[in-house]
Amino acid sequence: MGLKEKILSKSLYVFHLSSGSCNNCDIELIDCLTPRYDVERFGIVLVGSIKHADVLLCTGSANRLAIPRIKKLYEQMPQPGYVIVYGACGSSRGLFKDSYNTGQPLDEIMPVDVYIPGCPPRPEAIIMGFEKLIEKINSRKEAR
Amino acid sequence: MSHKAAIPIGPYHPLQEEPEFYKLIVEGEKVVDVDVRIGYNHRGIEKISEAKSYDQSLFIVERICGICSSSHPIACAQAVEDIAKFEVPERALYIRTVCQELERLHSHMLWLGLAGHFLGYNTVFMWAWKYREPICDIFETVTGNRQNYAMHKIGGVRRDIEKEHIPYILKRLDEFTKQLNMLKGAVLDDPVLHERLKGVGVLTKEDAIDYSALGPTARASGIDIDVRRDYPYAAYDKIKWNVITLEEGDVFAKTVVRILEMFESVSIIRQCLDKMPQGPIDSNPKDIPPGEGIGQIEAPRGECFHYIKSDGTNSPMRHKIRAPTYMNFPTFRETVIGETISDAAIILAAIDPCYCCTERMLIVDDHDKQVMGVFELIRLSQEKTARIKDRYALS
Repeated sequence: MGLKEKILSKSLYVFHLSSGSCNNCDIELIDCLTPRYDVERFGIVLVGSIKHADVLLCTGSANRLAIPRIKKLYEQMPQPGYVIVYGACGSSRGLFKDSYNTGQPLDEIMPVDVYIPGCPPRPEAIIMGFEKLIEKINSRKEAR
Repeated sequence: MSHKAAIPIGPYHPLQEEPEFYKLIVEGEKVVDVDVRIGYNHRGIEKISEAKSYDQSLFIVERICGICSSSHPIACAQAVEDIAKFEVPERALYIRTVCQELERLHSHMLWLGLAGHFLGYNTVFMWAWKYREPICDIFETVTGNRQNYAMHKIGGVRRDIEKEHIPYILKRLDEFTKQLNMLKGAVLDDPVLHERLKGVGVLTKEDAIDYSALGPTARASGIDIDVRRDYPYAAYDKIKWNVITLEEGDVFAKTVVRILEMFESVSIIRQCLDKMPQGPIDSNPKDIPPGEGIGQIEAPRGECFHYIKSDGTNSPMRHKIRAPTYMNFPTFRETVIGETISDAAIILAAIDPCYCCTERMLIVDDHDKQVMGVFELIRLSQEKTARIKDRYALS
């Protein structure tokens, strides 16, 4: 059992990246941090820099200006790191598939571990998404 | 000799939810100039909307901004109704007003929380977001969704407010008002907030007029404008309410305007639920004739304007949107210069900027380089077509 994974599943530090979303996903994400849903109970905290984070949480359909910066951020993330994509736009580019300014989908830019679908997903869905990610980390832990 | 340094903020910065890039030029601790680069959020919504049918374009404009997802659809629907002179049933107008005011409550509450967060005063942040939850619950009761309400359509609304839901809505509003009163006392009597916000980032009345500021930003500088009163839409002309204006123009005044507006909003919702007539909620309009129409409404941040040109087909020929932040944003330069770096974040936040609303287009103003506008581009393309024609001897 890797020590890193054992510690990770108890306290996920999340960096939130809005790659051209409509704000709804971002609002619901912040809603999760505030008293009603309070994900800090599970050790999940938003951090200010990708270099402190274990999870890159990405919202929005990545536009052409944002894609090189998303790649850069992903490369800066310390390993083991995980990627969650939040919302319909992030998962499949959603309504903005045909836009002239939308680039490739996020899962072609970087490997994605968990998708949370919905427009926007409810705060309960994001808690479930984190649960799925923790399950995934644990299963990797056992496979070692 | 003074030494100037540039401090880059962004584009992915922990304080701001949305991506944007600022370059603050500082001398010591004083901000002497500011440069802004946006465009990380541009999704080409106007162009997508022109490829969709009128009914679908309402869903597109709903996703311009998550906070204004009631304002944009109403403005868009009003623009289409303006082309065809559709009559909207009175009950639908009242329901639109309720949605609009609920949105104002949730947006101002959200801003108050984020302002606390910008100041490093996370207690206000947590409180405001906790007390915002009753509004989300009411939204869920009225429209079925917490965000992206999908409530508005051309010629009416999609869902009715059921009679049995009204006591629940009033109960949650009571709860909200009680907590809002507490929060108002806690925020406005707090010496820390007075110290941090008073006299900071003053936007004078002259500057506000010069920059055509809108919404709470303008009302905090003493400009008495409000689309709800000046060009009444929905049911605002049938209801009694006040426009809140203050003279100071600093960040504190902007906070107070927003808090007092929330009380007005609660009173508007109560009157609407009380006066709402019975009847149909949708006029089921059919064809949209050729013509032009505008829709303007008072979004939480200021006037939101939609222009639609129809050529008689099923989809708009041109759809132009002007969001309030587009007008409020340049005032940042006027307010931030001369302040310290630590105040820059809250001064910026004071206009309640919304980049996903604003980034309809990108304006490039590079002082040295030559900039191509639409006419130069058309001229270039015409010249090139002429060259190609010459080459193949077509003309």
